[in-house]
Amino acid sequence: MKVLVAVKRVIDYNVKVRVKSDNTDVDLTNVKMAMNPFCEIAVEEAVRLKEKGIATEIVVVSIGPKVAQEQIRTALALGADRGILVETDEKLESLSVAKLLKAVVEKEQPQLVLMGKQTIDSDNNQTGQMLGALTGMAQGTFASEVAIDGDKVNVTREIDGGLRTVALNLPAIVTTDLRLNEPRYASLPNIMKAKRKPLDVTTPADLGVEVKSTLSLVKVTPPAQREAGIKVADVAQLVEKLKNEAKVL
Amino acid sequence: MSILVIAEHDNATLKGATLNTVTAASKIGGDVVVLVAGSNCGAAAEAAAQIAGVSKVLVADNAAYEYQLAENMGELIAEIGKNYTHILASATTAGKDFLPRAAALLDVNMLSEVIGVESADTFTRPIYAGNAIATVQSSDAIKVMTVRGTAFDAAADGGSATVEALDTAKNAGISAFVGEELAKSDRPELTAAKIVISGGRGMQNGDNFEMLYKVADKLGAAVGASRAAVDAGFVPNDMQVGQTGKIVAPDLYVAVGISGAIQHLAGMKDSKVIVAINKDEEAPIFQVADYGLVADLFDAVPELDNAL
Ligand SMILES: Cc1cc2nc3c(=O)[nH]c(=O)nc-3n(C[C@H](O)[C@H](O)[C@H](O)COP(=O)(O)OP(=O)(O)OC[C@H]3O[C@@H](n4cnc5c(N)ncnc54)[C@H](O)[C@@H]3O)c2cc1C
Ligand SMILES: Nc1ncnc2c1ncn2[C@@H]1O[C@H](COP(=O)(O)O)[C@@H](O)[C@H]1O
Repeated sequence: MKVLVAVKRVIDYNVKVRVKSDNTDVDLTNVKMAMNPFCEIAVEEAVRLKEKGIATEIVVVSIGPKVAQEQIRTALALGADRGILVETDEKLESLSVAKLLKAVVEKEQPQLVLMGKQTIDSDNNQTGQMLGALTGMAQGTFASEVAIDGDKVNVTREIDGGLRTVALNLPAIVTTDLRLNEPRYASLPNIMKAKRKPLDVTTPADLGVEVKSTLSLVKVTPPAQREAGIKVADVAQLVEKLKNEAKVL
Repeated sequence: MSILVIAEHDNATLKGATLNTVTAASKIGGDVVVLVAGSNCGAAAEAAAQIAGVSKVLVADNAAYEYQLAENMGELIAEIGKNYTHILASATTAGKDFLPRAAALLDVNMLSEVIGVESADTFTRPIYAGNAIATVQSSDAIKVMTVRGTAFDAAADGGSATVEALDTAKNAGISAFVGEELAKSDRPELTAAKIVISGGRGMQNGDNFEMLYKVADKLGAAVGASRAAVDAGFVPNDMQVGQTGKIVAPDLYVAVGISGAIQHLAGMKDSKVIVAINKDEEAPIFQVADYGLVADLFDAVPELDNAL
């Protein structure tokens, strides 16, 4: 079956972002960028499905600026077969991303769409669910296990109380949680090979999607800062402080 | 203004998170209606009717909603919700699952993990793992959002809302519940506990978490964990605190053998008092700790247990 994987270019997860001094946004100049970690997990899952002979073709799609080709190439180096960049320099809200992905889904007709549960910049955790609504596909969010079973997929989901398994009709959307798998690293030969894999560039206009924004960023501020407190000498002093100073015991 | 709050419940009982969400709704101002969608969920609906500030409880009692499958909930909320100016759900794994689906069906955007209400159309929410706070104004006809429980007090009881049964059965028929493994614990729930003790990779294995359980039971505390401890299989996933796990803000948070990565801090740095026990005095967790103890946890935790 054909698998579509959606990946986003975001700030590297090791970078601690800073707010611009004029409070208009965060400062991303010269910041290291990478594939969103949950999207890496989605790519890995697709590659494993291909290695098991279940997936026949892996198409990876990203929506963003021209440089997002880097993240598509990374996915190709990890084992995806071909890439699609929906090129736009606009900052897109989740609903627009979902509408663009819907247009790609209609063209490609995948049996399974793999996405991250969350991007680590917006922390939205919305796009997969929205794509589900727009396409009418079932959704298995926060997946820690994915098992294809005929014309269904069983998804074990990480929920607040523990784990829940649902059975979804295919085609379906699965969004990945951290425990689904451990992504591999791309080998040098595969990175070289990825350069020759097809990567099509399209635009929102080509896809017939009008991108509109309904959320405006009024300001961005740093969170309340915590001051480092004191070091206590031993457990006795810790307990004394918690009882008499902090009064939390 | 008319606000629809989607209740979080397990059919029998209403989850505490709903109370925080009702408070957020009251801050927006206007009529607050609660939707309880479930199966044989009369008890949860009765509980919702007693929340102060709620004018009406809508009950969608049908087998299609028993497990609150997102495909069915999305359709239900989109239909009921089109008559409201705001739709709110708790930022739990349930709310995060079905609410974006409803928003897209209504052709509107959504705000996740709202932590502040500035006005009826302007809200604050953390982005970049809480390293920045965005103030966002929405021009959508219906404002849809999940609410972070730790940012709002729980609504009091003492209400007497009318309860209205809805005759609805939205069954998309594309998904089904198969099974569930829920962690059973007599300890308080992580997101509601006054004291939380969390263990990290430094705990070395699951058995060593017994030390934390003992201390927790003396203090009536909940036990949490870092991602590293969950990934290593020491404890189940529902104990993870952080950017992509649970958000906690207790009176006291004790981090044991946790380094303090930004993704972990995102889940606990709004705690009132933070204690860190770590053998590495350079560990970043000390930068946010009110009381830091540089020690081997295998000495310090048993000592703490004895001192209580
Ligand atoms: C997309 C993404 C999402 C993530 N989400 C989360 C999340 O929600 N929550 C989360 O926690 N992490 C999350 N992480 C992972 C995070 O980046 C860190 O890897 C993780 O928090 C580290 O866990 P830790 O502190 O237990 O382990 P480590 O960083 O390995 O730290 C272990 C600490 O234990 C101390 N120690 C060891 N032995 C002892 C001893 N005997 N006595 C005292 N101290 C000792 C060490 O000095 C060290 O500081 C996420 C990462 C990514 C990429
Ligand atoms: N610009 C984008 N391009 C491709 N996929 C995206 C984009 N934005 C979000 N996604 C997908 O949607 C998931 C969840 O994102 P979000 O809802 O923004 O937290 C991501 O992990 C991606 O799989």
